[in-house]
Amino acid sequence: MFDSLTTKLGGVLGSLRSRGKISPSDIEGALVEIHEALLDADVALSVVNEFIETVRVQALEALPNLQSGTNQAQAIFEIINSALTEILGGNARRVRFAKQPPTIIMLAGLQGAGKTTLAGKLAKYFADQGNTPILVASDLQRPNAVTQLQVVGESVGVPVFAPEPGNGVGDAVKVAKEGVAFAKAKQHNMVIVDTAGRLGVDATLMKEAIAIRDAINPTEILFVVDAMIGQDAVRTAQAFLDGVGFDGVVLTKMDGDARGGAALSIAHMTKRPIMFASTGEKISDFDIFYPERMASRILGMGDVATLAEQAKKAFDPASSAKLESKFASGEDFTLEDFLEQLQAMSKMGSMSKMLSMLPGAGQMKKQIENFDEGEITRTQAIVQSMTPTERRDPKILNGSRRIRIANGAGRTVKEVNSLVERFTQAQKMMRQMRNGGTPAGMPAGMAKMGSSMGAGMPRPAGKVIQKKKSKSGNPAKRAQEEQA
Amino acid sequence: MGLFGKFIAKIKGTAHASVADWDELEASLLEADLGPHLSAEVVRAARSAKAENAEEAILNTLRLALSKKSRALIRASEGTTAVLVVGVNGTGKTTSAAKLAASLSTQDSRVLLAAADTFRAAAVDQLQTWGERLDIDVIHGAPNADPASVAFDAAQQGLARNMDYLVIDTAGRLHNKNDLMAELGKVRRVIEKVMPVQEVLLVVDATTGQNALAQAKVFAESVEVTGLILTKLDGSARGGIALAIEQSLDIPIKFIGTGESATDFAPFEPEIYIQGLL
Repeated sequence: MFDSLTTKLGGVLGSLRSRGKISPSDIEGALVEIHEALLDADVALSVVNEFIETVRVQALEALPNLQSGTNQAQAIFEIINSALTEILGGNARRVRFAKQPPTIIMLAGLQGAGKTTLAGKLAKYFADQGNTPILVASDLQRPNAVTQLQVVGESVGVPVFAPEPGNGVGDAVKVAKEGVAFAKAKQHNMVIVDTAGRLGVDATLMKEAIAIRDAINPTEILFVVDAMIGQDAVRTAQAFLDGVGFDGVVLTKMDGDARGGAALSIAHMTKRPIMFASTGEKISDFDIFYPERMASRILGMGDVATLAEQAKKAFDPASSAKLESKFASGEDFTLEDFLEQLQAMSKMGSMSKMLSMLPGAGQMKKQIENFDEGEITRTQAIVQSMTPTERRDPKILNGSRRIRIANGAGRTVKEVNSLVERFTQAQKMMRQMRNGGTPAGMPAGMAKMGSSMGAGMPRPAGKVIQKKKSKSGNPAKRAQEEQA
Repeated sequence: MGLFGKFIAKIKGTAHASVADWDELEASLLEADLGPHLSAEVVRAARSAKAENAEEAILNTLRLALSKKSRALIRASEGTTAVLVVGVNGTGKTTSAAKLAASLSTQDSRVLLAAADTFRAAAVDQLQTWGERLDIDVIHGAPNADPASVAFDAAQQGLARNMDYLVIDTAGRLHNKNDLMAELGKVRRVIEKVMPVQEVLLVVDATTGQNALAQAKVFAESVEVTGLILTKLDGSARGGIALAIEQSLDIPIKFIGTGESATDFAPFEPEIYIQGLL
């Protein structure tokens, strides 16, 4: 989402790097460009000015003590990085749990920020961690917000407390209160209360939010805000802070291309941490917000930590261990292992999202955006159309077997051939890797990723990703053809 | 009184403003979401304008950024006028579609609504609730049905029932999702098999920042946006981004949304908007 901010900052920093020696006037020049890049990203003016001032003071201070241009550029890069992390709220904070369950989370925000969808995502997130949340439908304003929450609740398998039909009927405060009582009676350890969207300037609705707060005494109030919000963000956030108050911020629609600068401003001005980020339309498109990782991402350094975590989550430790020992013992990587990897990968979420977390992803933005997600499904279909024997020993795949597989998967023989060929190559590379040495064509970032994944992620998985990545040229081409 | 009001008060009637005053003006325009480029341009133009006084120069410069195109809803010369309502998630498309339908039906027109947002949970119900309130029929399909098929059905019914207007609500989509934008293109093409689409209205949330410009660009490329609906103007946001869209893409704002009830909807008044920016 911070893409073009990333591109611009990358340009500024790149030109600093190319200097033999950086003079104070070079820094001033860079600061002017950063100033505009941040404004274009909707960062609040006062925050921009403060940020620029911090960087200026620190950079000018650090300059004389550094020798070569590269060192200086690196130092300035680090100053910007730490100033960004600072603005994004320093360290991440987790949701506090109430000492006496249930933990009550209340959501508040403008209309259309995405509260109801977020309520479902939060419920899923906490349920996956072994909690027993319920959702409470206290948005009785927007037509069918209650129905929407019920649908969302059903899709994540979390009960929804919705005694009132909504559409302007019912008492939101009463519903919230009864919802909490219901949770206590039924021993749910968590309550997530969805409330009506309201404008910062709407005194009546703000009063309702305050009344809900006072009635249920929430453990955490989360302010839900659209990453696309503009300069008004600060005023709106302040109005909510002064009104109902909030403990943390959740950013939604982070999968858009908004640069989300307002988010920086909100965190900075209200001194409330950004706790979660919502990154897509699927219920699982949701994650904890890490300021330092976001800062690296803005500066184009990638977000390998998140990628590694997602991998860890998706790959079953048992099968990983199996693969690892297989790998070590010198056994060959088979199509069956490959299928398992593919399935785990699709669990990790969309390929383009994963690729965009790699260092240097900014430069291949276009290819990543056009990555054909169906590719994985199609590849899976082909492998699944093979018999177990064929999967273990693809050498037996003769012409008629290939036709059968192609028909079974609904693909062409050409596609089957190309998969088998790519697989054979991967297998070969895997053998090379086992015998030590990095296979040719593996970019440095990729190698780094492999090592940072550490335990829980077998090295061959890095390989599979590499394999997919080398193909990303194809779908891009295909997309271009389609567009033409 | 905002920063800008103070600024105006300070320079009112004077021919010259100081450098600090101009910086203050630029800051204020930035805070109204006009963006760094348009803000700088306005200040530059206002500084060199030969107006009676500085205030007039600023207002004139802002007026110049407005699109010259008509702001009236385009009406088909005969038959049903199809209006497609599009935009990113959460800007208020469903509410705007309903309000537009309401305002058209109070003008004695026969209006049909179509719920082609088959993606968001309960979006169809939301539009149906509006339909019941307004006594306007809502055409819908099965949940998760192909939105183009719903739009096609609605277009055929609109024609068969001799409706004056067909207002089609679509699912919110982020403009950087290529497949979703392609889906929207399909919705348009499918309607055009039955009747031409007269209006494609992009719903823009007044609280949105510079990203709205990117939204408008991409939507305009894929479905030829003919006008904007600027929503949530009842908040503290001044919606300056819409002016940036008018200026750079020449797409006129046609309607504004100012609240949650059916009547909180009005044709866009350029002069009021320009004054409101200040």
